[in-house]
Amino acid sequence: MSIEVLRPGLATTVQDAGRPGYYNVGIPLSGAMDQYSLRVANLLVGNDETAAALECALMGPELRFHTDAVIAVAGSTMTPKFDGVAQACNTALAVRAGTVVSFDFMRAGARAYVAIAGGIDVPVVLGSRSTYGLGAFGGFQGRKLAVGDRLPVGVPQRTPTPGRSVDASLVMPLDKEVPLRVVPGLYFHRITDASAQTFFDDTWVIAPEADRIGVRCRSGRPLEWRPRAQPFGAGSDPSNIVDAGYPYGSIQVPGGVEPIILHRDAVSGGGYAMIGTVISADMDRIAQMQPNYKARFVRVDMAQALAARAERRAKLDRLRAALA
Amino acid sequence: MSIGSARYTFGADEHVFVELSEEMSLEAFFKGMAITNALAARKVPGVTEICPANASYQVRFDPDVIAPDAMLALLQQLESELGNASLEIATRIIEVPVFYNDPWTHETLMRFRERHQDPTATDLEYSARVNGYASVDAFIDAHAGSPWFVSMVGFVAGLPFLFQMVERAKQIETPKYLRPRTDTPKLTIGHGGCFGAIYSVRGAGGYQMYGITPAPIFDPAQSLPYFKDFMCFFRPGDIVKYRRIDRAEYDAMVGQVEAGTFTLKIAPVQFSLASFLADPTAYNRSLMEALR
Repeated sequence: MSIEVLRPGLATTVQDAGRPGYYNVGIPLSGAMDQYSLRVANLLVGNDETAAALECALMGPELRFHTDAVIAVAGSTMTPKFDGVAQACNTALAVRAGTVVSFDFMRAGARAYVAIAGGIDVPVVLGSRSTYGLGAFGGFQGRKLAVGDRLPVGVPQRTPTPGRSVDASLVMPLDKEVPLRVVPGLYFHRITDASAQTFFDDTWVIAPEADRIGVRCRSGRPLEWRPRAQPFGAGSDPSNIVDAGYPYGSIQVPGGVEPIILHRDAVSGGGYAMIGTVISADMDRIAQMQPNYKARFVRVDMAQALAARAERRAKLDRLRAALA
Repeated sequence: MSIGSARYTFGADEHVFVELSEEMSLEAFFKGMAITNALAARKVPGVTEICPANASYQVRFDPDVIAPDAMLALLQQLESELGNASLEIATRIIEVPVFYNDPWTHETLMRFRERHQDPTATDLEYSARVNGYASVDAFIDAHAGSPWFVSMVGFVAGLPFLFQMVERAKQIETPKYLRPRTDTPKLTIGHGGCFGAIYSVRGAGGYQMYGITPAPIFDPAQSLPYFKDFMCFFRPGDIVKYRRIDRAEYDAMVGQVEAGTFTLKIAPVQFSLASFLADPTAYNRSLMEALR
């Protein structure tokens, strides 16, 4: 019961719902960056919705199946191919032992989730099978996949139904320009009124340095900081603070130049002022932003953030009902 | 001794961030420890992460279980209940051996010299000079002479930030590299701003580099006895005393680490902030007695 990695792809890792509870010692949540699409893929193959699956960034792997299996690919548009023959995304697909599964280039989005009925059966570390690369643990030997790896597959808990698919209204949107809703706060008061305006007015471009730790944005106007005598221990740059914890989704702007949005492998703290936080409902969408996609930051308040959270939960409920 | 009241702010719908003080102080750190310990003891449903930091802390919560306003109100209540309670903690003091001016951090700092404020000096020479020490030796004596508080664990897994337990006038302060290095040896003893750090894993870094410890501090395999409980050794509130070692002792200890026989000297201590502030030098001396 295993899958052999013939080519690893750009950055393919084993991820599940993540590993909460250890951020206080610098161990981040990890887990699928697009939690919604992880659930689409898992539910299609009859898994528990947070079973461990493969997260494939930008370029997919090439895999030889040494077992019959049922798989589904969700998230970004990255057509799976069985021995070279194109298959459907967002659909449960039966794979015969011996088949080589490869992927076409990514046409939209940035991360595809490949779920296999039974899940990827790597050891559970601190409550999760997710990979934490910086700490070199979890997932498959604590790292992204490499040539020759053999991924163990678990025993399916339910009999999957090949051919089953999900309605287009229930998959992740993959737009090239994405409004990201932000609650201003944290150290927002440190930037000038003019910069508080331009930050939300400008269109930002996702930089090539976009990984599981965070996503860097370019092309907006630099932010200016209100003058002050730097507090003891904060460091000399006006964008510095006494090193503090970083919320997931928080936006820091080192030197005022390029906003960085922290994601699920976040560094847990540091000395750069954060000026706001992307709402929980929009974190999945960040995962699907390729370099050169555009973002606009949309200012919202707590009530709007909670309403968006409820909408996301309602969509998840519709997905669960559709694939029950 | 007052740091005023805290500033509360939300990190969108899942985080409350509480700044206890804009500037670093032991008072702010202790207040954060006291509040986060009290919160942890309550086992509040919906709270998923409780993260004390140097002069602030953050809590991550599930707003479907506890409403953001209720979460914030609870933290404010904990702050007011704390009032002027005496700030004492039961903690441990750990002796950490350090090979200062070692060949590995030296090789690394030479490799990244063009990113440093003073390309003609080493990090130790530069830090000694900007902190008014006559020699590198005198600087190392100060660095290793007084203990340090672990005031935050994070950035990456198991990395301790340390704040030296001396009067502010004696605090070592150094800028970070002008541009961060892309490499730092694992277990480097570093310093940036008013904070020390021990790099738990190899990687990027901007702190000045002074030496290296043979003692692993992060080990997912949990192979040494002191990792029995958890893969990260340090916890906020730990007290660290550095001890200067030479190459021979360093090599011997690395051998012990490889053989699985290495141990750290660890002793339980009770720390009282008021007693410390009354006479730091004498109080540190009594703390360090626990390591004898």
